[in-house]
Amino acid sequence: MAKVTIKVNGKNQTRNVEDRTLLADFLRDELGLTGTHVGCDTSQCGCCTVHVNGRAVKSCSMLAVQANGAQVLTIEGLAKNGKLHPVQRAFSECHGLQCGFCTPGMIMATVGLLKDKPNPSEDDIIHGLEGNLCRCTGYINIVKAVKMGAKLMRGKGKRR
Amino acid sequence: MYALNYVKARSLEEAARMLASHPEAKVLAGGMTLVPTLKQRLARPSHLVDILQLAELRGIAAKGGRLSIGAASRHDDVATSVVVKKAIPALAELAGLIGDPQVRNMGTIGGSLANNDPAADYPAAVLGLGATVFTNRREIAADEFFQGLFATALEEGEIITRVVFAVPKRAAYAKFHHPASGYAMAGVFIALTRDGVRVAVTGAGPGVFRWKAAESALSKSLEPSALEGAALDASELNQDIHASRDYRANLVRVMAKRALAKLSGKK
Repeated sequence: MAKVTIKVNGKNQTRNVEDRTLLADFLRDELGLTGTHVGCDTSQCGCCTVHVNGRAVKSCSMLAVQANGAQVLTIEGLAKNGKLHPVQRAFSECHGLQCGFCTPGMIMATVGLLKDKPNPSEDDIIHGLEGNLCRCTGYINIVKAVKMGAKLMRGKGKRR
Repeated sequence: MYALNYVKARSLEEAARMLASHPEAKVLAGGMTLVPTLKQRLARPSHLVDILQLAELRGIAAKGGRLSIGAASRHDDVATSVVVKKAIPALAELAGLIGDPQVRNMGTIGGSLANNDPAADYPAAVLGLGATVFTNRREIAADEFFQGLFATALEEGEIITRVVFAVPKRAAYAKFHHPASGYAMAGVFIALTRDGVRVAVTGAGPGVFRWKAAESALSKSLEPSALEGAALDASELNQDIHASRDYRANLVRVMAKRALAKLSGKK
């Protein structure tokens, strides 16, 4: 067993877990943060994407102990004071989803992408989301949502 | 995953000591291959010795015609490094083609080389550029380091610390990636080094290899047509549900031509 303390969405969380516990399972089972999905469990689908110390990673391919002492941001930590993050708003408004299962991972990956490329081209978006699969194949609206999210984050096209 | 003990090493020496005292221990860096392997119960290490945070394995620096990259540098660090982009832009480009963004945020150059997946990208650059792999015990030339399918010259408990590249005159990489896995179906790295042309091929064979016939053809002419006659024995290439041997042989030639076109600034 290992004692780990991880700052999740701004709050320190300390738990005793088995060394083999995956970060995804830590978030879901220990903390009840079930917004982080586990889709394929083979590091292909990206549904489990969270940010560890500011970098988008697949939480199903990382042990919770590896994140000991780190800052983790999950989909639950994006909205502030009841107000959706611009990328969440964009996915909602563009209907960048069909069944919604991949959406948390898509959004976390998008937020990561926009940090490096605030004004991404279509090509940047497609390559930037290579680690995420939408099995409904709802990619057209996802790409639209990323473009809109980028625009909102750059402070253009404010609506609300 | 089987139960195991995780240890975060505080120094390279401590990591080496842990590995020496636990013969079933494994080194954990980014874990992009190791963790999925453990999840499938394809390996059962007693301990995981985490070396990702070690200062000794960090840092990217160019000096006197050499580029040194710490083993724990993530693919994204290399892809976006101003130092790498300036010294060997083809290497930065290659790092940016590995896996997907999430994988590049965790996976390391040292981990990729120690694993020596036959379809990984880094082995092509390291062999193509004739780099030197430094470990906690010695230096290993790329030509000796790679020994076929998931096999390297690394001994038990030996840890890669950094990779040092001699900056080439020019270099280019072209990759045909498998759309689902991101791994190379065929990837060709061509480098014009001080000692001549080197051509390394990944993804197509049981391990990265130098395509010597292409090297000698290109040493006479850098025109794409020079590659037409370069012999490539398809019977030694991989065959699986994704591609036959002959298809892969053709891909290698096409990727080599694309790399050559990049090298000549035609694309």
